[in-house]
Amino acid sequence: MSETPVSILIVDDEFSVRDSLEHWFRRDGYRTAGARDGEEALHRLQEDRWDVVLLDMKMPGMDGLDVLRRIHALEPGILVIIITAYGSVESAVTALKEGAFDYINKPIDPDELSHVVQRALEQRRLSSENVALKAKLEELSTVPHIVGESREIQKVLELVRAVAPMDATVLIRGESGTGKELIAQAIHAQSPRRYFAIVPVNCGALTESLLESELFGHERGAFTGAQFRRKGRFEMADGGTLFLDEVGTLSPKTQVELLRVLESREVTRLGAAKPIKVDFRLVCATNQDLEQMVAEGKFRDDLYYRVNVVTIHLPPLRERREDIPLLARHFLDKFSRQMNRPFRDVAPEAVDLLVRYPWPGNIRELANAIERALVVGKPPLVRPEDLPVSLAPPAGGAPAPQVGDSLADVEKAHVRAILERTGWNVSRAARILDIDRVTLYNKIKKYELSQTSSAALGAR
Amino acid sequence: MSGIALVPIHLAEGPSLLRHLEKRLAATFGLAVEARRPWFDPDRAYDASRGQYNSTLVLAQLQGGAGEAYDRVLGVAGVDLFIPVLSYVFGEAQLPGRAAVMSLHRLAPEIYGLPADPARLFARAVKEAVHELGHTYGLIHCREPGCVMRSSTYVEEIDLKEERFCAACGRAVRPGG
Repeated sequence: MSETPVSILIVDDEFSVRDSLEHWFRRDGYRTAGARDGEEALHRLQEDRWDVVLLDMKMPGMDGLDVLRRIHALEPGILVIIITAYGSVESAVTALKEGAFDYINKPIDPDELSHVVQRALEQRRLSSENVALKAKLEELSTVPHIVGESREIQKVLELVRAVAPMDATVLIRGESGTGKELIAQAIHAQSPRRYFAIVPVNCGALTESLLESELFGHERGAFTGAQFRRKGRFEMADGGTLFLDEVGTLSPKTQVELLRVLESREVTRLGAAKPIKVDFRLVCATNQDLEQMVAEGKFRDDLYYRVNVVTIHLPPLRERREDIPLLARHFLDKFSRQMNRPFRDVAPEAVDLLVRYPWPGNIRELANAIERALVVGKPPLVRPEDLPVSLAPPAGGAPAPQVGDSLADVEKAHVRAILERTGWNVSRAARILDIDRVTLYNKIKKYELSQTSSAALGAR
Repeated sequence: MSGIALVPIHLAEGPSLLRHLEKRLAATFGLAVEARRPWFDPDRAYDASRGQYNSTLVLAQLQGGAGEAYDRVLGVAGVDLFIPVLSYVFGEAQLPGRAAVMSLHRLAPEIYGLPADPARLFARAVKEAVHELGHTYGLIHCREPGCVMRSSTYVEEIDLKEERFCAACGRAVRPGG
């Protein structure tokens, strides 16, 4: 129970009404005061905090309805109970439309008065609880911090802000490690659905049948091993956002099922007879070339159009190099706090290395490099030798192949180097570069790389 | 003179109820209790348009005159009481003060179409008397379920509470006891 007594302001031009009601409420331990007209009532409202106002409709000067409007202008959350003369229901109804909590007729039935006041106080308690909970949720569902000042990332964030409040399906594209899930979270956290869950599903991590039961849920005994009834991810995302990562890896069968759910907004648990209505926003992510997959018949075109309503392209880290020092600093702060290691900064020579490296694994690789440096290094500075060897400039020995200064030149040289190292084993090279094979093929095509050109370069 | 004066106001139940109240109140408050005729005209509080007695006016009459000689004065009315803004009241008391008034009118089962039940009526009368006098000691409604100071919106709620104060309310009435 709250320590401060409930406060009730009684506004009536008749002294006996004010006096007897004040007396009546004081017996319940309420703090009370009376006001003989609208002016005095507004004055008292400015002076003190009141939970409930009992307001007579008929008073000389400002009438009850005017007072009600002015009270609400002054303090919108306050609960006003109207007192009307018996039979003047019409004015009471007008007052209700103007936002009064309820009305009671004079002479007031004491049972009714107790109940109306109790209900008003309950409503007040619930709404202040609601405000407090929303504030708490707001605090918990803060928009994830996305680091970056480059024009590229600012454009992405602008698009996120614009698209988040709408319910449109969003497709986030970008290489592995560019922060697609973080962008999905940012969209969710800025959407009206933020008070509900964002449910992530990594489509690439599960086999077809596991993914199906994960997405749809199942009834008890739906299949061998289904000992309990289980809610699927679609149902869990009801009211919120469903984030399908690596959507390009969905099998043809799951693609059909997903399409059906998106069209009907209904899901049927495995082994269940009846469908359940679901309402979620869909956000997908992929690092694959969906257009090519559609052309090759690997991804359904009808699903492609459903999923590809608004597209957000996340630039790879090498295309926003000016953000590398900021990101490095961000991860340094984050991990040093987590590990309780007193690192203050990254040494300028180390920053230089970080900026020059092409980061095929993007931000994830950068985060790992910093985390590792904090483990092996000595506070307070991250030094070049604390960084992974792959970042180090070629030392002495074989001179680095001469490449141009543009990003494309650096990327081309790096892709070629890795391909050579793996003897043109595309799968292995893609794994090392942390990109998928299709992307690697695209890059080979884009840079017109071939085993002959490499050989030619090697011979030079 | 001191103690509690019980003042019957148009009380049909008369002596037997007053004797019962005298005993119970004396035990609860540790004061001498005596019944005495009203020294004022109770009908001055009658409102012909409502057919009820204005409890605030009764209370004002109880405080003055012969009532001044007592620690507490309790009017016990057989008629229905009201305060102007409410359609009826079970009773009214000064908070804190010396005077209180209660009505038996709505405590009787027959008013709700039920068979007469004198034992129940007497039990309710004691609880209401203790409750209204409790207010004169500055007690407000209590949240303790069994406490006599618990608020009763419906008459049946009076049956649910006991005729005694809870420990905390009791201390306010009889600090030493």
